[in-house]
Amino acid sequence: MSKKGIETMVGLFVLLGLAGALFLSLKAANLASFGEQKGYTVRARFDNIGGLKPRAPVRSAGVTIGRVKRIALDPKTFQGVVTMEIDDDVRFPKDSSAKILTSGLLGDQYIGLEPGADEKELVAGDVIRQTQSAVVLENLIGQMIFNKAAEAGDAGGASKK
Amino acid sequence: MTSDLLAALGARTLRVLQSFGRAALFFVDLLVHMPAALRRFSLVVRQIHAIGNLSLVIILSSGLAVGFVLALQMYYALVTYGATESLGLIVNLSLVRELGPVVTALLFAGRAGTSLTAEIGLMKAGEQLAAMEMMAVDPRSRVLAPRFIGGVISMPLLAVLFSAIGILGAYVVGVLLIGLDSGNFWSLMQARVDVWRDVGNGIVKSFAFGVVCTAVALYQGHETEATPEGVAYATTRTVVVSSLSVLGLDFMLTALMFSTP
Repeated sequence: MSKKGIETMVGLFVLLGLAGALFLSLKAANLASFGEQKGYTVRARFDNIGGLKPRAPVRSAGVTIGRVKRIALDPKTFQGVVTMEIDDDVRFPKDSSAKILTSGLLGDQYIGLEPGADEKELVAGDVIRQTQSAVVLENLIGQMIFNKAAEAGDAGGASKK
Repeated sequence: MTSDLLAALGARTLRVLQSFGRAALFFVDLLVHMPAALRRFSLVVRQIHAIGNLSLVIILSSGLAVGFVLALQMYYALVTYGATESLGLIVNLSLVRELGPVVTALLFAGRAGTSLTAEIGLMKAGEQLAAMEMMAVDPRSRVLAPRFIGGVISMPLLAVLFSAIGILGAYVVGVLLIGLDSGNFWSLMQARVDVWRDVGNGIVKSFAFGVVCTAVALYQGHETEATPEGVAYATTRTVVVSSLSVLGLDFMLTALMFSTP
């Protein structure tokens, strides 16, 4: 093969390799979701965020409308402060509520937003007032055992009398 | 009697140490002569064609086959847990992190490494390298370094293509044949595969394997005994040594890169 031909083939090979890398990072990994959507950030305080992680989805009616940006602990109230970014074209009433939910039985945790009825809308920097913490399985079981024990204690006391 | 045994053991140890030393010096020599080879870039281009372009067919067909088979096997395992939508994610992670770099390196050692060893070995047996030196042409910057650079450039490109076509193969089996949802297939990947952590580390791995495979192939060729048996022996050793070092290095790199969740 002539020198020019070889050079062309090598050029094609390198281009093909770069196209493969582009495919891997854009189509088969998360590069495309960086900074692509513009949104406004709102915060919410939770008593317990469970296993919520940054970049977890924010959903309303099951539709993903944003992502968790940052999670921090408020040093005064000892609550978890979750900063989330919501797409610009979605507007929520000011009295909307946020819950930490789990997709499926063992799936990832996400934030569910439920719209309220206020006429005013949430704007950048707002804090969502009504929140519901993540369900922690250990607390749930602990509570159940406590309730059972209390019931048994009541029953025992009643029979003695 | 005992002293003979002791001497044999000592001689063997020294030989092993000597060969390590020679390999290290050879590797340093390659690195030192890289700038000279880069100045004559047409030599490197020719080697990328011989090493990269001509390996493309075997790499692409193996990648496609691995993608097909992985998708079928993973589907079989996942369907019991009702988690078939993560098929694409599992195939993607296993290809990008492990199988892409490692299988490409093993194929690369068999396809390109052996041809490099045989070529250099025969050049040495035919005293071509000595003749070049007589003409004041340094064979290291003229013959060895361009091949080294060509191999190091080709290997990551081949590994990326292997992973990419493997994922496409999994798409064909998972979505087109089995009938999984195409949206889930891609979106779970996009949600869970990180560009730097997964794809980036995979490319770093394949780069390291490219350095090892090419250097081993060139060294074995350079150390060949100038006989037909010598060349045959050197080619075999290229495959054995590069495969084992790729597998060993892979374990170390994986432990370094992915040990923290």
